[in-house]
Amino acid sequence: MLVTVKLFAYLREGRFKVRVLELADDHTVRQVLQDLSISEKEMKIGIIMINGKRASFESHLGDGDTLAIFPPLAGG
Amino acid sequence: MYGWTGKIARINLSDGSIKTESLKMSDMKDYIGARGLGTKLFFDEVDPGIDPLSSDNKIIFLAGPLTGTIASSGGRYNVVTKGVLNGTIAASNSGGSFGPEIKYAGYDGFIIEGKAKEPAYLWVNNDQVEIRDASELWGKNTVETTDLVKAATDDEAKVACIGPAGENLVKFACVMNEYNRAAGRSGAGAVMGSKNLKAIAVRGTKGIRVADNKRFLKAIMDARAKLKAHPVTGEGLKAYGTNILVNILNEHGGLPVKNFSEAAIFSGAEKISGEYQAEKYLVRNKGCFGCSIGCGRVTRIKQGKYQGLGEGPEYEATWAMGANLDLDNFEAISKANFLCNELGLDPITMGGTLSCAVEMSVKGLIPREDTDMELQWSDPDLLVEMVKKTAYRDGFGNCLAEGSYRLAESYGHPEFSMTSKKQELPAYDPRGQQGIGLNYATSNRGGCHVRGYMTSPEVLGIPVVVDPDATEGKPELLKLFQDLTALIDSAGLCLFITFALGLPEIAEQLRAATGVELSDEEFLQAGERIWNLERLFNLKAGFSKKDDVVPRRLLEEPMLAGPHKGRVLELDKMLPVYYELRGWDENGIPTGEKLALLGISR
Repeated sequence: MLVTVKLFAYLREGRFKVRVLELADDHTVRQVLQDLSISEKEMKIGIIMINGKRASFESHLGDGDTLAIFPPLAGG
Repeated sequence: MYGWTGKIARINLSDGSIKTESLKMSDMKDYIGARGLGTKLFFDEVDPGIDPLSSDNKIIFLAGPLTGTIASSGGRYNVVTKGVLNGTIAASNSGGSFGPEIKYAGYDGFIIEGKAKEPAYLWVNNDQVEIRDASELWGKNTVETTDLVKAATDDEAKVACIGPAGENLVKFACVMNEYNRAAGRSGAGAVMGSKNLKAIAVRGTKGIRVADNKRFLKAIMDARAKLKAHPVTGEGLKAYGTNILVNILNEHGGLPVKNFSEAAIFSGAEKISGEYQAEKYLVRNKGCFGCSIGCGRVTRIKQGKYQGLGEGPEYEATWAMGANLDLDNFEAISKANFLCNELGLDPITMGGTLSCAVEMSVKGLIPREDTDMELQWSDPDLLVEMVKKTAYRDGFGNCLAEGSYRLAESYGHPEFSMTSKKQELPAYDPRGQQGIGLNYATSNRGGCHVRGYMTSPEVLGIPVVVDPDATEGKPELLKLFQDLTALIDSAGLCLFITFALGLPEIAEQLRAATGVELSDEEFLQAGERIWNLERLFNLKAGFSKKDDVVPRRLLEEPMLAGPHKGRVLELDKMLPVYYELRGWDENGIPTGEKLALLGISR
């Protein structure tokens, strides 16, 4: 299946901004983080969205989904 | 006296009298300082029915008990007055070093009343307070004014002033201090303008005593360690500033576009994002007094017609004058933001008002002959020109200077004004965040994000993750946020510390600094007391339940696309619950029982 992965802030360093990845069916967010060497500990309070909805490490991805990954950030 | 100085200077610009007065301990204990204590003093002295631009209005500059101490991010002060934009109680909050300097001069703040016959400025040099002639300063922008006042007083003086917008009584003129920090909202700058008060310069060389040095130091060091260890306050805000929210809110589907008329997803988000700003234009980050976070942006546009150097733009300004105008030209947005600082305008209301005018013009509701230039989306020159015209009330700028509500109403369509209590909404579409919508409707100063920042749990997941589309539990959470924020604003701390700190850390700092041994819950209740007093002022000023609303568009026109497609703000599900939680009757009026519990007399 094809999933669009968007990275933000410093997660882009040495990786990418946006990329369409071909993933095995039923891939979870946790596996994507592992694939991209993004620390799970750091992402505990980071922001993960699938199609704009908050997701968790265990969330399953589907064909055509957009996965957005932000490190812990805030503003106002 | 610990934490507080216990003294204020009362300056009457009509008769030139200057008095030093003592504050009541009971008021300080109950209302803490800055926003809360300022509101208490204002409530006791000013008839809520006055015209905000009349000499009957007063303007209070007040620091908090932690302002100017070694507390982390303890540099805040508030400007309390009856707001010009909408007539609500206005407490506009700013950082920098102006607040601390007030304390070092030996005061908690100043109550300024009356109206000077000629342009004047105040020079507060420790306990010497003078009203000085400002005729040479009138017409100058905030940078020139600050430079000239420092040259005439003391190079170390901290200066708060208004620009041409305040002089011209633009309804959303702000007060600027130290060039780039703003008490931005509600039109406090126009109150200064109406009093012919151009600036306040303060120089202080005294210290602040705290009740228990050892305990205070421990509380501060504990707080600092937590601020440093938290990824948001320790790294994120420093690296990307508040503009990091552009991409977050856009992915969330809550970044309003074209006056909230389209799906809240902006195709140009990346080009106005915090990442883009950091990569292309950031000179360095900057912190206010005693701040370990350093979210401020020093930004330079090196070349081209929007060349300039200044601070910001912050997230709200970037959205209001960017996505909200369908504009992805970061250089023009930055230039417009620099101009807002120099001319003394609130960029949120500036962008919101222009966006409203563009929508109405595109829909044929404002005739072309009225507008000087063609009003269209995505036009960088229009933005920059209209900021200047607004500050000087030049041509169509005279209409924009009234804010979007009066502008839209004058053309017979107030429904295009994206305001709550006539103050422009900030950068979050409430159809994608039910809690922030309830906050817009109930905020005591109208459309505002910093009275109860529900985006934190609803989008950022701090301190808890909640479903942004749910209405259940939102009134409870919002009440807590509003009360806690009132406490923090009144203490003299920056709201951004709450990404890492909570009530226990804040209450302990207050106890150690002031010696007032209230429990955590009692300090939180002070926040609730402040909230209720603000509410009472507004009720007496003529506001009622009918004003606890958001624009019809957000209640009736479903979100067109994105993660929140089909949703509207379900305010009617939340508002009655909120009133009940607050101890207010079905009309939103605090019950006698609630007021007695809080120790407030009508």
